[in-house]
Amino acid sequence: MAEFLETDCKLEEILPEKTRKTRTPQFQQARTIRPALPRYRNEISKYIILRDEEKCAACGQCMAMCPQGVHVKKPGYKYFALPKSHLCFGPKCEAKGCYCITACPRGALRIQENPMMKALGDYRWPAAMILATWKMAERGEVPSADYGYEFETGDSGGGFDRIRFKFPGKPPIELGKDEIDTSLELNRRHDGRPRIRIDVPWYGGGMSFGSVSNTTQLSKARAAVAWNTFSCTGEGGFMERMRPYDDHMITQVATGLFGVREETIQRVRIVEFKYAQGAKPGLGGHLLGDKNTEAVAKMRETVIGISLFSPFPFHSVYSIEDHMKHIDWVKHINRRALISTKVSTPNDVDMVAVGSYSAGTHIIHLDGGYGGTGAAPDIAKKNIAMPIEYAISKVHNFLTDEGARDQVTLMASGGIRNPCDVAKAIALGADGVVIGTAELVALGCVRCGRCSTGRGCPRSIATTDKMLVPKINLEWGAQRIINMYNAWRNELVSILQRLGLRSVSELRGRSDLLMHLDYTNDVVEHKS
Amino acid sequence: MDALFFDCMGCFSCVQDCTKNLLCLSINPEYEKLGNSYWTPEIIQTTWAQAETAKIPVSGAGYGGKFSGEGFDSMWTDMSEIVRPTRDGIHGREYISSAVDIGQKPAFLATSGDEVVSSLPPILSIPMPLIIDRIPEKYSLPKLDAVIAETAVKTDLIAIMDSQKWPLFEKDAEKVLPHIAFYFASGAGMPPGDILKETRLAEIQDDQDVKSRIRELKQIHPGIIVSVRVELTADGMQRAIELADGDVEVIHIVADMNGRQIGAESPLFIKDMTRKVHKALIEKGKRDNVTLIAGGGIALPEHLAKGVLCGADLVSIELPLLVGLECHLCQRCEEGSACPARIQEISFDYGVGRMTNLIGAWHDQLIELMGAMGMRDARRLRGDVGRAMFFEQLEEEAFGRIFGNRLQA
Repeated sequence: MAEFLETDCKLEEILPEKTRKTRTPQFQQARTIRPALPRYRNEISKYIILRDEEKCAACGQCMAMCPQGVHVKKPGYKYFALPKSHLCFGPKCEAKGCYCITACPRGALRIQENPMMKALGDYRWPAAMILATWKMAERGEVPSADYGYEFETGDSGGGFDRIRFKFPGKPPIELGKDEIDTSLELNRRHDGRPRIRIDVPWYGGGMSFGSVSNTTQLSKARAAVAWNTFSCTGEGGFMERMRPYDDHMITQVATGLFGVREETIQRVRIVEFKYAQGAKPGLGGHLLGDKNTEAVAKMRETVIGISLFSPFPFHSVYSIEDHMKHIDWVKHINRRALISTKVSTPNDVDMVAVGSYSAGTHIIHLDGGYGGTGAAPDIAKKNIAMPIEYAISKVHNFLTDEGARDQVTLMASGGIRNPCDVAKAIALGADGVVIGTAELVALGCVRCGRCSTGRGCPRSIATTDKMLVPKINLEWGAQRIINMYNAWRNELVSILQRLGLRSVSELRGRSDLLMHLDYTNDVVEHKS
Repeated sequence: MDALFFDCMGCFSCVQDCTKNLLCLSINPEYEKLGNSYWTPEIIQTTWAQAETAKIPVSGAGYGGKFSGEGFDSMWTDMSEIVRPTRDGIHGREYISSAVDIGQKPAFLATSGDEVVSSLPPILSIPMPLIIDRIPEKYSLPKLDAVIAETAVKTDLIAIMDSQKWPLFEKDAEKVLPHIAFYFASGAGMPPGDILKETRLAEIQDDQDVKSRIRELKQIHPGIIVSVRVELTADGMQRAIELADGDVEVIHIVADMNGRQIGAESPLFIKDMTRKVHKALIEKGKRDNVTLIAGGGIALPEHLAKGVLCGADLVSIELPLLVGLECHLCQRCEEGSACPARIQEISFDYGVGRMTNLIGAWHDQLIELMGAMGMRDARRLRGDVGRAMFFEQLEEEAFGRIFGNRLQA
């Protein structure tokens, strides 16, 4: 650890006390991309291939022509196995001359769109986006366009889903992918605190132990280690088991102060104040009693089985001056930590951001009104606070006008679903993004929204139930998120390459590179 | 196999784990047939759930719906975190008052010594900005009247009922009538004076004789507050403003069931009409002289809060209570066909319980929104568009400078 501190601090160590106290050897996780196959037996596919067994002569022509291996007849078997529909490219094969449906001499094959595609996902996360994310988590790369998974946009009809990049026919500068820098500086204040640079312009959002399983938390943490970025504890306390990840964890100080101690604050490099969250802006937190198991109760120093509420707001904060006192408190406890301030997106979010900057925060984290992974009242999710797309632009412009933009890092969350959203958020004015739901989807989440019910998540992700938690293997979980990060980074690099930009920082605020399908897009001089 | 099971979580676990890959999960076509384009299946399902449990619907995984939409879906409510312009933060939901007043509020009080010498107009308070309107004729069933009246009693609200139904309430007059506002269509006769005197509010249909009819009611019962129901037709807003000029105490503006202006070629939505009327009354200096009730298209609890933010003192609902009884809004009853929810067979307790639950859930959700806004008093919510954000305004502020002008749909 001493070595880490020395390396970390060599740029500007001016503070007299080394108050950061991580003592545990840190976990090492290689950034290796390996297949992490689906943990369920049957994959959900976009198309379904139906074989009429009465017509089929088992001639094997379909098997011979399909490059994807959809049709399988095991050696020694007379009949074909069920087609592996999840590998099928669908009618696109017709143009490639390998369309089994028309090639079958007995007309025994039929293809149809899977009716489950309508039942899976929602407007913001359509089925195709979920399936594409699963593929990314499985292989570490964006799925081939042949699958027809249009993951770049959802069907919400607004915000990121109506924004596109204006890619030039030819990039203004020809760049190799290796020449493009996706790293992000988190401390821009030059205040003597460590300069922390992460390798990708995102980190994992806060999900408490209790709201998700420890396996989920650890999977996120390992991915953060592999990609030299961060994950966040959420407000449920900082488990002893997480000590080997201290260097890549953000610990959260939220209104409930569950598990917050000086010792936990001193373990980390970033401390986050959570004033509000996108899932339930203005409502505080709520962990349902069923999820408050023995381990959770111990962590949060409370009683098993009772619902836990974090109040809203911080009752010690009624002004920016009060907020500054909070920040000063943590800065004195941990003289090496950066401070992140997580706020939701009210009308005056620009004022809040500037105020937080003036109070001494290093990172302003905007959590948009449509975001969140945890259980929340439906009325809050839909109606309170503005979507993140508006808030990024508003805050970026205000910070710029106030001359503070280059002294603070602006992170955006609440609806960042894929690498295209990352790029769009940065072009609108964020420095980077914070992600949450996408990581859960990588672990197999189908967005059924049942995180809050009974024992919690039926997919074993957002649960603390002893029967459900072991269904996810930690190594598998970590690999899925590592893979997804790789796919995202590759796609982000491709976007930057097509735009002729050398780094993510060059993309920040370049809203002139964007267009909106519902606008005239005729602004000549961009003010942002 | 369709997911016809009510308890199915839609998690796909059985589908993906089936050893023979035999299962498929699809959306129930019966579910998709519920309601119409405004009263969507989602609205109907959430209303059923709230009427059953009286709970605030909670789910995980963030918001999965459309980015914005028409009507109330084109606005968001604000919240307040570090900076509180009003310093009106909540210290617990129990400190939030959702009560509102119906009636005229004097602009000032004249005193002589310790005595108030101003004449105070009648005013009544109800515990939330909600009033129960008449169920539309085509959905109306006689047995619902007693259920609705009892619901009004239990929730301490007021239900508007046709004046000729007064004999229904003769028996429990003292208990029920303070929660009933008789509606007088043009030419409708008066109930007996002793019945009318038990009520606190009455509503009359707008016509040329409004003033004389108000006088007539007040002669019988000087303490009664009289509301005038104005259908929001093409000239409905103008008429509402004229009535306020004429010192009417309460104006109930009513759009169609889907919240749209009635009979207009390009109909406005109730939210926009409420804002226009509210602003016009402020400009005339009349706003506190009149209570504005907005109705039509109020389908969800957020519509209640948003209606008030747009300028109504309170909103009126009718169909949500019917949906609370498991109505599908299929309109088969209008054709004389059998009701799939068998509403004609419901018991009194079932009806009252479901309606009371629903109103309770709406109340709790109003409190959630007000808590997030940092508002402690529903009276102060009225017309406070500073606690709201509108789609057009946000688009212009955030995207106008980047993308130019928004194309018209």
